Amino acid sequence: MKQFQYIRPATQQSVLEAIAKPGTQIIAGGSNLVDLMKHGVMSPDKLVDINKLPLRGITPAKSGLHIGALALNSQVAEDKQVKEKFPLLSMALNAGASAQLRNMATVGGNMMQRTRCPYFYDTSMPCNKRIPNSGCGALEGFNRMHAIFGASDKCIAVYPSDMSVALAALDATVLIAGRKGQRRLPFTDFHRLPGNTPEIDNNLAKDQLILAVEIPDNNYAKHSYYLKVRDRASYAFALVSVAAALDIDNGTIRGARLAMGGVAHKPWRLTEAEKSLVGKPANMASFEQAAQIAMQGAKAYKDNAFKLQLGPATITEALQHAAGLV
Amino acid sequence: MKEEQLLNIPGDYTDGIDRVDGRQKVTGAAKYSAEFNLPGMTYAVFATSNITKGSIKSIDTKAAEHAPGVLKVVTHLNAPKLPGYETGKDPSKPATGGGPLKLFVDNSIKFNGQPIAMVVADSFERATFAASLIKAEYTKEAHNTDTAKSLDKAATPKGPRFSDYKRGNPDDWKTAPVNLEAEYILPTEVHNPMELSAIVANWTAADKVEVYDKTQGVKSTQNAIAQAFKLPPENVHVTTKFVGGAFGNALRTWPHEIAAVMAAQLVKRPVKLVLTREQQFNSVGYRPYTWQKVSIGATADGKLTGIIHEARAQTSTFEEFTEGTVNMTRFMYACPSVGTIYKVIPVDVNTPTWMRGPGEATGSFALESAIDELAAKLNMDPIELRVINHADTDPENGKPFSSKNVKEAYQMGADKIGWKNRKNKPGSVQEGGWLVGYGMGSGVFGAGRGRATVRATMQSNSTLLIQTSVTDIGVGTGTAMTQIASEVFDNYPIKKIVFELGDSSLPPSPTQGGSMITSTVGGAVHDACTALKQKFQQVIGNGGTDKPDYAKVLKEKNLPQLDVEITSSGSSEMRNYSAYSHSVHFVQVKVHPKTGVVKVSKVVSVADSGHIVSPKTARSQIVGGAIGGIGMALMEEGVIDHRYGRYVNADLAGYHVPVHADIPQIDTLFVNKPDFKVNPMGAKGMGEIAIIGMAAAVANAIYNATGKRLRELPITPDKVMMA
Repeated sequence: MKQFQYIRPATQQSVLEAIAKPGTQIIAGGSNLVDLMKHGVMSPDKLVDINKLPLRGITPAKSGLHIGALALNSQVAEDKQVKEKFPLLSMALNAGASAQLRNMATVGGNMMQRTRCPYFYDTSMPCNKRIPNSGCGALEGFNRMHAIFGASDKCIAVYPSDMSVALAALDATVLIAGRKGQRRLPFTDFHRLPGNTPEIDNNLAKDQLILAVEIPDNNYAKHSYYLKVRDRASYAFALVSVAAALDIDNGTIRGARLAMGGVAHKPWRLTEAEKSLVGKPANMASFEQAAQIAMQGAKAYKDNAFKLQLGPATITEALQHAAGLV
Repeated sequence: MKEEQLLNIPGDYTDGIDRVDGRQKVTGAAKYSAEFNLPGMTYAVFATSNITKGSIKSIDTKAAEHAPGVLKVVTHLNAPKLPGYETGKDPSKPATGGGPLKLFVDNSIKFNGQPIAMVVADSFERATFAASLIKAEYTKEAHNTDTAKSLDKAATPKGPRFSDYKRGNPDDWKTAPVNLEAEYILPTEVHNPMELSAIVANWTAADKVEVYDKTQGVKSTQNAIAQAFKLPPENVHVTTKFVGGAFGNALRTWPHEIAAVMAAQLVKRPVKLVLTREQQFNSVGYRPYTWQKVSIGATADGKLTGIIHEARAQTSTFEEFTEGTVNMTRFMYACPSVGTIYKVIPVDVNTPTWMRGPGEATGSFALESAIDELAAKLNMDPIELRVINHADTDPENGKPFSSKNVKEAYQMGADKIGWKNRKNKPGSVQEGGWLVGYGMGSGVFGAGRGRATVRATMQSNSTLLIQTSVTDIGVGTGTAMTQIASEVFDNYPIKKIVFELGDSSLPPSPTQGGSMITSTVGGAVHDACTALKQKFQQVIGNGGTDKPDYAKVLKEKNLPQLDVEITSSGSSEMRNYSAYSHSVHFVQVKVHPKTGVVKVSKVVSVADSGHIVSPKTARSQIVGGAIGGIGMALMEEGVIDHRYGRYVNADLAGYHVPVHADIPQIDTLFVNKPDFKVNPMGAKGMGEIAIIGMAAAVANAIYNATGKRLRELPITPDKVMMA
């Protein structure tokens, strides 16, 4: 890898000043960035280590929970408040990566992780995300792991996070700091679809910093489940994953949250399928109908047609688990 | 949990000594080849081709040469001509034809990832950076890396070993009352041991070089380097104290090893070269993609009437790599009519090599799946079908087996896993929303004994020193040899035995591979220790006891030490027998009916490999092989994008091997009946049989659980779901 500078500012202000300059790159846990640097995919001139910032806390917020951007994945997964209020998030985190990686990776870093598309990683291959207009290697290449929703002919990569699938389902909000102050962004608006600009993963500007995510209180804790289907039991990205959360009253669904991972360039929230579940009995027929609605508009490529079948299977299975029927 | 409870895991083998180097390994004291650091060390890093076939038109190394810390950039334009650029004798040489890749001799590109330049710098990071600055222009030629689409290009390899085999009338399968024909596919698999291939090379004089190398055979590496640089072999000193897994990828001397020695000669400083994980995929072999077809027929009561087993496997365009994929079908079962056909397909890739259970691991997936399919068609228990067709003598040559206790192994494994709970009708057992199935498969591998030389020395401090050049690739050779020496010396204390290995200046032993070492080197250790004991009796003269105080004897006789050096090999009597190790693997799987996820929930592996010399390390061998077999069945596949000829999963995130969470309790059972025809310990090898047959056992269990027959590995969830 090429030589780079490394700084570790102590204040948010100095971080914001540093990242406003070209060639800089924030590093937190580094579990993805260091790999990308070794592969020559990213080659920043200066790393801005933000680990000195006080962003590690998990604290109650006004009707919800505030999770600092530097909270470790393992720390969040095992946090008592998280497990009690949002077990779905804990399950999703524990389904991701390996114990060693979860001990390094942060919430903000997890949001910022980049696709694992092999064509993005191999600098000898074409990739519009790595080098705009160089072509998409995956479109007609090895695309077993790739998107079935929201892809474009420029990019069919998927966003790999498990944590974010749960956060999308849980109506989380992202707190972002810039030099002009703070802003809030719905979690589902944070990541982008590739469109004509696959090089842009998300809506965080170059000179902005993720401070935290906040999750509003809900009634889903009793009936939620994260199901990740993958090629091996740990340290493998999802073929398809589903975050399912239900609010069930006397056998009837009062509210539902559903999101999928491994299927799109962002966590794929399934709002139409959620709506279809409201007022229905918590049974297989309702779940199957929701799954059918969820899959509308799905499009497969050469190697990933199985996702059209695995998608609904995973949705119904996750809903059955969430409803306590399995 | 108390320690004794931990040790008493069901199926665990608590007998026998602890691994003699276990403490070194778990504390980090064990020194692997890449960990040797010499004063003035420099670091070599390759730049590699990103085209698959063609030639280098021009190569720009200026930026690299001027990068900080760079001492030398080697390309085909400036590389010295090595006086004898060829690798050593078998197994360094290819199995049949062609010649190994020679680096930097010309501008031709034979596969993607081939080294085109080597940078030597004063640090690894600087060498890596400088290598990234090298830019090559190529003349591209059309390439082909797609073995699956090139089956029609298969040709029979040279040499009698691979000509078509025929006994009786193999086509009899066609007219059998019950028959089937099925195709099986095994993808390219990459060894991926934890330890990356690494070499440290240092010229200590103009004509003398020392290397610390990851190799399975220090003598073979010594010969290969000596030949390449035209040195007397004794001027090449190869040390390999520990190997962090190899599984066959260090059986031969590869181009990077020669390149590192060349680099050290050029910069006149020690050079360290460690391949990256990605480079491992293109540098040190792999198990070749293999298409197979089995045609098999039986009478209504299950007597086999004919089998044809055909295989076509990937090789490179410049070397004809071959292995005995179809050979086991000739002798595994008592069948009057058998035909085997083996062919290779040259494609634009690096040369494959032996990978654990070479040939048979691939062949057994097809044969043992086909036997299971036949049993299903006959509506017969697959063990019963195997028992009906048990070969009492070797059907290939009519010789008796030196020993064979497979029927007993079937029974032991069946009892242990609860085979009686298996329903012959697939898809008939459900448990908590998962389909449950049982399957089994058997393995076999030759159990010979080769030649080895061992020096045994009783030192004045009563240390028994055993020396030979063999490497221990992690299997526990050091432990097993110590155990044998102790037994010959009337249970001599383990702590007083030192087994020195992994050094080319020690008496010669063969390369570690092919399940030969316990038999071959163990036999020589046995013979050397026996001879040393006899020598002591002679020294003592009349009135010697069975268990003399050796230190006292040496002191009384005024001897600094007493030693013997013995070369021994198998007896000529062995020619009258067929000698094999056998294994039988049983698995229980749970398959999710909707998502296709497969969980291996129970494993029982039974080894019929003679007397078990070192129970603990033997158990580890079997456990490791079983895990390798599960990976083979469910996960492992090196994927090439054939448009570019490049791997798209050349790392451990993309190339899946099992993680702990994939592996259940593995019960290992040993028939443990000595076979003294093979060697004086009665022991036979077990490294290969640990994996051979396991992939079929898993696939057969998936069939039993679901009724779905998966004939293409790896059996990933999507394949199960879509079948």
